[in-house]
Amino acid sequence: MISTVLSQFSIPFLMGSSLNVWSEALAGFSLFGLPLGLVILAAIPLVFIALYSLTYGVYGERKISAFMQDRLGPMEVGKWGILQTIADILKLLQKEDVVPTSADKFLFVIGPGVLFVGCFLAYAVLPFSPAFIGASLNVGLFYAIGIVALEVVGILAAGWGSNNKWSLYGAIRSVAQIVSYEIPAAIALLCGAMMAGTLDMQQIIISQSGSLGFAHFFLFQNPIAWLPFLIYFIASLAEVNRAPFDIPEAESELVAGYFTEYSGMKFAVIFLAEYGSMFMVSAIISIVFLGGWNSPLPNIGTIALNDLTNGPVWGAFWIITKGFFFIFVQMWLRWTLPRLRVDQLMYLCWKVLTPFAFVSFVLTAIWEVYVP
Amino acid sequence: MQELDTAGLGSIRVTRKNDHTVVIEKDLATEQMVLAMGPQHPSTHGVLKLECLTDGEVITQAEPFLGYLHRCFEKCCENVDYPAIVPYTDRLDYLAGMNSEFAYALTVEKLLDIEIPRRVEFIRVIVAELNRIASHLVAIGTYGIDLGAFTPFLFCFRDREIILGLLEWASGARMLYNYIWVGGLAYDVPSDFLKRVGEFVTYFRPKAVELCNLLTKNEIFVKRTMGIGIMPAEVAINYGWSGPMLRGSGVKWDLRRNDPYSVYPELDFNVPVPDGKLSVVGDCLSRHLVRAFEMEESLKIIEQCISKMPSAEGFNPRSAIPKRIRPKAGEVYGRAENPRGELGFYILSDGKSTKPLRCKARSSCFVNLSAMKDLSKGQLLPDLVAIIGSIDIVLGEVDR
Repeated sequence: MISTVLSQFSIPFLMGSSLNVWSEALAGFSLFGLPLGLVILAAIPLVFIALYSLTYGVYGERKISAFMQDRLGPMEVGKWGILQTIADILKLLQKEDVVPTSADKFLFVIGPGVLFVGCFLAYAVLPFSPAFIGASLNVGLFYAIGIVALEVVGILAAGWGSNNKWSLYGAIRSVAQIVSYEIPAAIALLCGAMMAGTLDMQQIIISQSGSLGFAHFFLFQNPIAWLPFLIYFIASLAEVNRAPFDIPEAESELVAGYFTEYSGMKFAVIFLAEYGSMFMVSAIISIVFLGGWNSPLPNIGTIALNDLTNGPVWGAFWIITKGFFFIFVQMWLRWTLPRLRVDQLMYLCWKVLTPFAFVSFVLTAIWEVYVP
Repeated sequence: MQELDTAGLGSIRVTRKNDHTVVIEKDLATEQMVLAMGPQHPSTHGVLKLECLTDGEVITQAEPFLGYLHRCFEKCCENVDYPAIVPYTDRLDYLAGMNSEFAYALTVEKLLDIEIPRRVEFIRVIVAELNRIASHLVAIGTYGIDLGAFTPFLFCFRDREIILGLLEWASGARMLYNYIWVGGLAYDVPSDFLKRVGEFVTYFRPKAVELCNLLTKNEIFVKRTMGIGIMPAEVAINYGWSGPMLRGSGVKWDLRRNDPYSVYPELDFNVPVPDGKLSVVGDCLSRHLVRAFEMEESLKIIEQCISKMPSAEGFNPRSAIPKRIRPKAGEVYGRAENPRGELGFYILSDGKSTKPLRCKARSSCFVNLSAMKDLSKGQLLPDLVAIIGSIDIVLGEVDR
């Protein structure tokens, strides 16, 4: 009985024979000569970011932190406070859009936008399912690493444009941090790319599929992969400014860092960008090391769990679950650890993570060449 | 070679070669930035303002500016009767109201030279030590927040809530108690109070260790505090430091032992002083550890007080309270060990009035904070936050 229910998700017309059938069909769709399909294609990740940051990002984080801290969290608006986020958004919408008089208006206004665009552009190459990817680039991973650097511009614009000393501190710290941590992060991801032999996101995931489920994931394929996995996870925390590396917005030191002067919807956009990049790095780590949309369940004898739980819909489920798991770990760390100091952060990046990333790079190369 | 440093122009280096060619090198103009930290800043613990001169992230000079919470305590005291000053003392160090009242009551009793019932003394010590634990919990919790760890703060406040509940039960107020009066107490403690306090002690003993470990066993916390803001013992003494700050520098100085008052000589407790194994003596971590260990000692004191407490039979907490306080002409200085250090009251009486001619409060936070300029020189901005947090200031007491 269960197996028939499960198999509904992998019936042929949904599955298709080739990759990216959904997104290709969408891209080809046009109405009155307008490429409406492309718009929908771009809107899907946007809607996803908005929905996920409203539910899991804001409400989930508040509840998770509350349970970690012996509290209840939001309880007033709606049952268990589920409508709290909506109330917050309504409040933010009503707020006056303040631009400080001494601020550089252009930079101040454009900052949050650039920040969000930087994170959103990376979603173009995130495969949400075997049948769906925004843009199937053969250098997808490279593009994702590169385009995120655009966020730095947004942060710098926001921090400099605010004309506030705390914002400036936050922006400078943030830029130094993100630019530095891109190096170990990129090298760690290269280990994954080396194991897959490609930079195409879908191909990386396909090379991790197999009937044994999780055993095919790069993390479990070779013993060295743990090193780049950990390095990338730590570096990704720093890249998205999460604790213990949240020094750009260190509230006890820099008031609120680069967004001290922001309020209302601009503030909300900055937060949306933060949650967007949180999912983005979590998705990348699960794509490169944990099989992306592949099911982790193995085929056990005659029970073909792996075959049953693979397919376009299941794929979307798995990649989002894996991404959410890493976001949970990010939240967990945030509410557990104190914050590092600026120099300790740089020490960790340049003297610990970067050398180890190189070591893992060389070891992975040796493993790939000499171990079949 | 000659070096000139003109303000605002960066350094201009004038080099003379062979006595006739003059080479002038001009560096990039680098000015130091004035950064006003506070009075509204998340980690200045109230309304402290620090005007920092910063070179990048490095603080070259930090000057504390006080007075944002000044409420004319000393002037007020000159205009009210002796017993009416007690509520004002609550508002000095509002996190340790009982201790402030205790210090004030001791001073006036010294001036009047009156005998206090034994049960009153024990109750005073119990509530003061409970308040000391509550105060240290705030200090430890907020120190965690200063360094970015939010969760220990809430755990600390959970346990502080129990203490506040107990004190509210005894006095009727949660923070500003007006409980310890000159010559006695406002009320006797409720009949079940001591039992509940005993239960709290057994509940809190393992929790105190847990709360301590939550931060001191954390690698990042230790990295952030160890070796930061080191204050040598001699300098600390010269600055007039007291309390956990002075003990953090390795000086075994506790007024409960060194200038004993009330029933403290009868009680058995240690004065924790860092030995340099867990921390560098005199750094932020030492001061934090001293507070953490002191909670344990306070629990010991409370336990002993409960077992030694005389019975409530025929006890009137107001029996020794003088009807009218009009001390003989003279002056007195009384002091007590507060959670933040030595709180002293200097009272001058003219012998005619029921109001003090002068009442000066020697605030421990104020004295401890005066070393800020020395401590912050050359530190990074995040370290400055760590140092302010370790001083554990209460602006109510600093500004009075």
